[in-house]
Amino acid sequence: MPELARKDVLGLETMSRQEIELVLHTADSMREVLDRPITKVPALRGRTVLMMFYEPSTRTLASFNLACKNMSADTVSVSKSSSSLVKGESLRDTIQNLESMGADAVVMRHPSAGAPHYIARNIEGSVLNAGDGAHEHPTQGLLDLFTIEQHKGSLEGLKVAIVGDILHSRVARSNIWGLSTMGADVTICGPSTLIPPYVTEIGCTVTHDVREAVTDADVIYVLRIQLERQEGSMFPGAREYRRLFTIDAERISLASPDALLMHPGPMNRGVEITTDVADGAQSVILEQVPNGVAVRMALLYLLLGGGE
Amino acid sequence: MQRILIKNGQVVDPANERDGIYDVLLEQGQVAAISENISVDGAEIIDAEGCIVAPGFVDLHCHLREPGQEYKEDVASGTRAAIRGGFTSLVAMPNTEPAIDSEAAVRSMAEIISEKAAARVYPAGAITRGQKGRDLTEMGGMMQAGAVAFTDDGLPVTSSRVMQLALQYSDMLGVPISVHEEDPDLAGDGVVNRGRISTLLGLPAIPTAAESAMVARDLELCREFGGHLHIAHVSTRNSIDLIRKAKDEGLKVTCEVTPHHLTLTEDLVRESNYDTNTKVNPPLRTSTDVEALVNALSEGIVDVIATDHAPHSFDDKDKEYIFADFGISGLETAFSLLHDQLVLKGDITMNRLIAALTVVPATIFDLPGGTLSQGEPADLVILRPQDEWAVNPDDFVSGGKNTPLAGWSLTGRVDTVLVAGRIMMRDGELQC
Amino acid sequence: MSSEGQLKVKAQIMDGAAIRRSLVRISHEIVEKNKGVQDIVLVGIRRRGVPLSERLGAYIEEFEDVVVPNGSLDITLYRDDLTLRHDRPMVHRTEVPFDITGKTVILVDDVLYTGRTVRAAMDALVDFGRPGTIQLAVLVDRGHRELPIRPDYVGKNVPTSRHEVIEVRVDEIDGIEDVVIMERQEEGAE
Repeated sequence: MPELARKDVLGLETMSRQEIELVLHTADSMREVLDRPITKVPALRGRTVLMMFYEPSTRTLASFNLACKNMSADTVSVSKSSSSLVKGESLRDTIQNLESMGADAVVMRHPSAGAPHYIARNIEGSVLNAGDGAHEHPTQGLLDLFTIEQHKGSLEGLKVAIVGDILHSRVARSNIWGLSTMGADVTICGPSTLIPPYVTEIGCTVTHDVREAVTDADVIYVLRIQLERQEGSMFPGAREYRRLFTIDAERISLASPDALLMHPGPMNRGVEITTDVADGAQSVILEQVPNGVAVRMALLYLLLGGGE
Repeated sequence: MQRILIKNGQVVDPANERDGIYDVLLEQGQVAAISENISVDGAEIIDAEGCIVAPGFVDLHCHLREPGQEYKEDVASGTRAAIRGGFTSLVAMPNTEPAIDSEAAVRSMAEIISEKAAARVYPAGAITRGQKGRDLTEMGGMMQAGAVAFTDDGLPVTSSRVMQLALQYSDMLGVPISVHEEDPDLAGDGVVNRGRISTLLGLPAIPTAAESAMVARDLELCREFGGHLHIAHVSTRNSIDLIRKAKDEGLKVTCEVTPHHLTLTEDLVRESNYDTNTKVNPPLRTSTDVEALVNALSEGIVDVIATDHAPHSFDDKDKEYIFADFGISGLETAFSLLHDQLVLKGDITMNRLIAALTVVPATIFDLPGGTLSQGEPADLVILRPQDEWAVNPDDFVSGGKNTPLAGWSLTGRVDTVLVAGRIMMRDGELQC
Repeated sequence: MSSEGQLKVKAQIMDGAAIRRSLVRISHEIVEKNKGVQDIVLVGIRRRGVPLSERLGAYIEEFEDVVVPNGSLDITLYRDDLTLRHDRPMVHRTEVPFDITGKTVILVDDVLYTGRTVRAAMDALVDFGRPGTIQLAVLVDRGHRELPIRPDYVGKNVPTSRHEVIEVRVDEIDGIEDVVIMERQEEGAE
C-alpha cells in the first residue's frame, strides 16, 4: 500500500515524486468529497489537530480548519501575535501544552524558518508546516501542483514562470522544489533585489525580463509583492513595478494560449497583477482555494488516517 | 612553592623555537629550567611521555558574562572552562551588564577576578561609554586599573568618526583597539551567511560585505590616524584579502579567527536542521572562506586563534532560530577541534597552532606568558594528541552548553594544566 | 500477501458462466421486486462491486431498454477500523454523478461478510442525499455477519469458516472470471 513515508510535512524539498503523486491522487478523491451536498466524512473522528498560528493568516488557517472539519477531526486554535512571541512563551512551553492537550497533529505557521522542525523533533504527533519564515509553505506548493495537474493532466515538461518577490517567498521555494521534482521547467522573475542568491540550485532559471519569463509559459504564477517592508523598501515603488513586472493582458498574451494564471493570495490588484487578468478566463486563482482544502484533507488523511 | 618536574614530554615552545623531548622544571611558580634529563630532589614528577608540553593558551576574546549575566556564565565557571580547554590567560570582553566602560568598572572587575578566577583574566574595556558608540571612555585611567585592550565587541562602532577618534587616542596610549566588524545596515536582521544556505533555509541573511566593508573602513582609518587595529573574529575571505594587503603595506593591524570559523561551514546549519547552536555572529561561512582563513593562519596573515567563547543558557538557545542568541561556547573544545580538523589533516602544523594560541596573542596584547622561557610564569599545558574523546555538552563546566559539536568525536585532548605552577587540571580532572 | 500466512486456493465456487447466470438472475429480480426500473440507480462499492454493478446495469438495459444510472462508491473514509489499521488504504474517487434523493439505490458488492463495508457504504450514501430505499445486491454471501444487515439479492450463499477467504475475480480487474475459496496456511505448516 503506498504511504507517505514520513511523520511530518515540513517542506517539498525532501518530498519524493512518489509521495507527491500519492498526495495529488488522494487530493483528487477529496476534491470529489467537496462537491457533495454533505462535505463531511468521518475518517478522522476522535483525532485532534492543533492550529498554531504565530503570524496573521486568514486563508491558510481557514483552509486547514475546513479540511479538519470535513475529515471530522477536532481542532483547537492557538493564535499568537509575533510580538508576544518575541518576549513570551518559549517553544518548549508550547510543546508541553500540546502534549497535555493530546494533539495528534500540529499545524504551524511561524515567522522563523525552522520552527516547525523544532516542534517536529520534540513531539510524537505529526507536524504540518503552514509556512515558516521565508523557507517553505508545502501545503500551498502541493495545492498549486494539484491545481496545475487538474488542468494540464501532468506536470512533466510544463514551462512555469514565477513572478514577484522570490527572496521573501516561502510559496516560491515550495513551488520551485515541487515543480522541479515533478519534471516542470521553472523560470523565476523579479527585481534583482528580490531574487535570493544561489536560487538556481533549487532547480530553476532566473530572468529579470518579465516578457522573457512568460513567453510560451504554460503557467504564470504571480506572487504578492510587498513594496513596503519592515527593513525598508527594496524596490523603487509601485509605478516602477508596473512598468517592469506587473502581469497584465499584454504580457499574458505572450504565454501559451491556454496558459494558467495563478496567485497564492491575497492579491494586490493593480500592483503585481491587473484586475482584468486576475478575473480573466485564464485565471484559476479561485480554484486554488477549494483545491487547498482538498490537499490539506489528503495530507491529514495520509498522516493521521492509520493507526498508531 | 613546591617544585614540579615534567618529564619526557615533547616540548613545543614556538617563542624559543623549541620542539623536542625535554624535561621542564618549575619552581616558585616560574619556569626554572628546560633541558634533557633534569633530575632534582623533592620535586613532584609529572610523566609527560607521549604528550606535548606547551605554554598555557592565551585567549584574546571570550565572554565571561559577569557582571550581569551570571545565569549564562560567571568568572568562576568561565575560567574553569578555560582550564579544561588549556587556556591559562583570558581577555574578558566588556559587554557585561553594566559594560566595563569606566575605571571603577575595571577595578570592580579586577576584584571579581582576584576572588573567583581559576585562570588569569585580563579585562578589556569598552571603546565608548555604555558601548553606545558615541563618547570615548577614559581609556588612560582604565588601563591603569588593568584594562589591556579596548573593544565594543558584540556591537560594531558604526560611526566612522568615533572609530577615527578611538584609533587616534589609543595610538597615544599604545593599546590595541579590538573591533567587531559588522555593518548593522547590511547585516539587518540576518542570522546566517548570505548564500546558498540562507536561500535553501529561508533564513534572513548577513552578507560577507557586512564584515569586509567595515574592515576596509577601519584599515583606511588606521592608515590615516594610526593606532593598533586588532580585528576580532574574522570570518570571510574578502576580509583576509584586505588584511593581507594592509599588512603588506606595514599597517599596524592584527587579527584573530575563531576555532569554529576555521573548521565549520554554513552547511552545518542545514545539516543540523536549524540547530540554534550553529547560530553565531559572524555567521558560519562557506568552505571558500574557511579555506582562506586556514591558509591565512598558516601564513601568519591571521595572527591569533581566539575562541569568542560566548556561553548562553539553555533557554537562550532553546528557541526559534531567528530568536535564539548568537554564540558558541568554545573554550572547552577549541584545542581538540583545531587539532582534529586542522593539524591531523595537515592544514596547520602543531607548531603554528600552538604559536597562534600562545606566544602570538600574548605578544599582541602585551600579556605575560605565552612562552616557556626561563623566568616566565609557569603557565603550561600538557596535551595528549592521540586521545580521542566524544564531545558531550553536559560535561562542560562552562555555564554555556551551547556547542554545535555535541556528539563529535575529536582526537587530541588537554590533559594537565598549570597556572603559576599550580596544577589546575591533572589527567583531565579539574583540581580547582 | 500477509505475514499471517500464505493464502492457498482451496476450491473454485463459481466459474465465469456461473457468475454471468447469477448476475442475469439478480438483474431480473431487481426489476421484478421493484416493479420496473423507474427510480432505480445502481452504485457499486469499490473495487469489485463496480464492474458487477456495471454488468447489472447492462443486463437491465438489455431486458428493459432503459439506461439505469450507475455510480461507484469508495468507502475508505467511512471505515470504522481506519484508526485501528497500521496502513493507510488508498483513497479513490467516489462517483455518484446523479441525485439519489427519493431513489431506490441498489448497492452492489462482490462479497458480503461482516456487513461493515455495507454499513460504511450506507453512511457514505446518505451524504449524497436521502434515498427512498437502499437495497443490497451481492455475488456471494459468506455469512458471519457482525451487524444487522441482510442482502436483498444474492448470487450464491457460501458457508465458510473465518479462516477462509473468498475471492471474486473479474475480467476488468483480474483478467479472469471466477470465485474461489482460499485458505490461510498456518505459519510453518506443511
